[in-house]
Amino acid sequence: MGFDQYHEPADELPDETRTFARMCASLTEEAEAIGWYEQRIAIEKDREAVAVMRDAQGEEFKHFAMDLEFLLRRTPLWREIAEGILFQGGDIVEHGEEAEEGAVEGAADRGEPLAGSTSLGIGALRGR
Amino acid sequence: MNHLLREHAPITEAGWELIDEEARERLHPALAARKLVDFSGPHGWEHACTNLGRTEPLADAPAAGVLAVQRRVLELVEARAPFSLSRAELRDADRGAEDADLDALAAAAQCIATLENRAVFHGWQAAGITGIAEASSHDAIALTDDCGTWPRHVAEAVEQLLRAGVDGPYGLALGPAQYTRVLQTTEHGGYPLLDHLRKIIGGPLVWAPGVEGAVVVSQRGGDFLFDSGEDLSIGYDAHDAESVELYLVETFTFRVASEEAAVALTP
Repeated sequence: MGFDQYHEPADELPDETRTFARMCASLTEEAEAIGWYEQRIAIEKDREAVAVMRDAQGEEFKHFAMDLEFLLRRTPLWREIAEGILFQGGDIVEHGEEAEEGAVEGAADRGEPLAGSTSLGIGALRGR
Repeated sequence: MNHLLREHAPITEAGWELIDEEARERLHPALAARKLVDFSGPHGWEHACTNLGRTEPLADAPAAGVLAVQRRVLELVEARAPFSLSRAELRDADRGAEDADLDALAAAAQCIATLENRAVFHGWQAAGITGIAEASSHDAIALTDDCGTWPRHVAEAVEQLLRAGVDGPYGLALGPAQYTRVLQTTEHGGYPLLDHLRKIIGGPLVWAPGVEGAVVVSQRGGDFLFDSGEDLSIGYDAHDAESVELYLVETFTFRVASEEAAVALTP
């Protein structure tokens, strides 16, 4: 079993960062599995086998969505950007640029801690 | 591991959570300045100065035919409040004790919050910080002993701001002694003085340890700028068998952009 989801020495990482890295690795694996099933289904001639694989792929959709939701709950800035992009029509790139700009500037205005910071996260208190 | 060296401390994750949460709870009510001024950052531990956008002339350049000026900056202050916690108390907290003695942390939190408020409202000459009260271009208003007259003083301050073209709402920072007197006072008819003052200023009224008297400040934004490098954090210094030495730390500076946007009320 490999531990290559860690880019930095695992024993130097806090528990929450290791959990975060595991869930990121899990998300990647679910996305890979979805892609693999898509390719298998595309070339499979046996309709019954296709049905089984469609069902299996549905499981991967669910796992991917659960992993993503977990990560978004733990990362408010990521969630804020995702909310500006997911489940809406229109230009994806445009939504992405707007969501990133709005979320990053909004976080800075609120005095939110920098990524990786171990501060108390107090920041701005005006209006709070 | 970053400069706070927290991983070197003989403190469990649950212990760190307890310490950080206690610090937040103690700091939040006392950080009056942050409730009334613009906050920029945190920009990180390496952030060392604020760009003032201004220059000063250099007397001579090392080569002829060149004019040179030097950029002006405001350097950040590194403020550190040390405290010591008993390792036995932290072990008890890990066992589930709800009443661990963290008084030293509470005292350090009060010290650093008071320093921050004092620097913002009254300045810190050695650190190059001019406070809101001392920068104000308005004459200070003396608060009388009879706090029943304070609504008049605050209204007078608001009028001075309006005359200077500084629109509301306004905030009011009250020193601890003044805040207590306001809380204790009801006007004729039993109307709380606190509510009357809030109605006059139209914005927040805050308890401000470190403030002498009171300060009425504009809340329109852009007038008072707090620049945060490392936001309030807890770091590790040393330990022995009995205790662990920690500290609260932050880096910041502050500047007043609009001298006309505040009025000091002196005790």
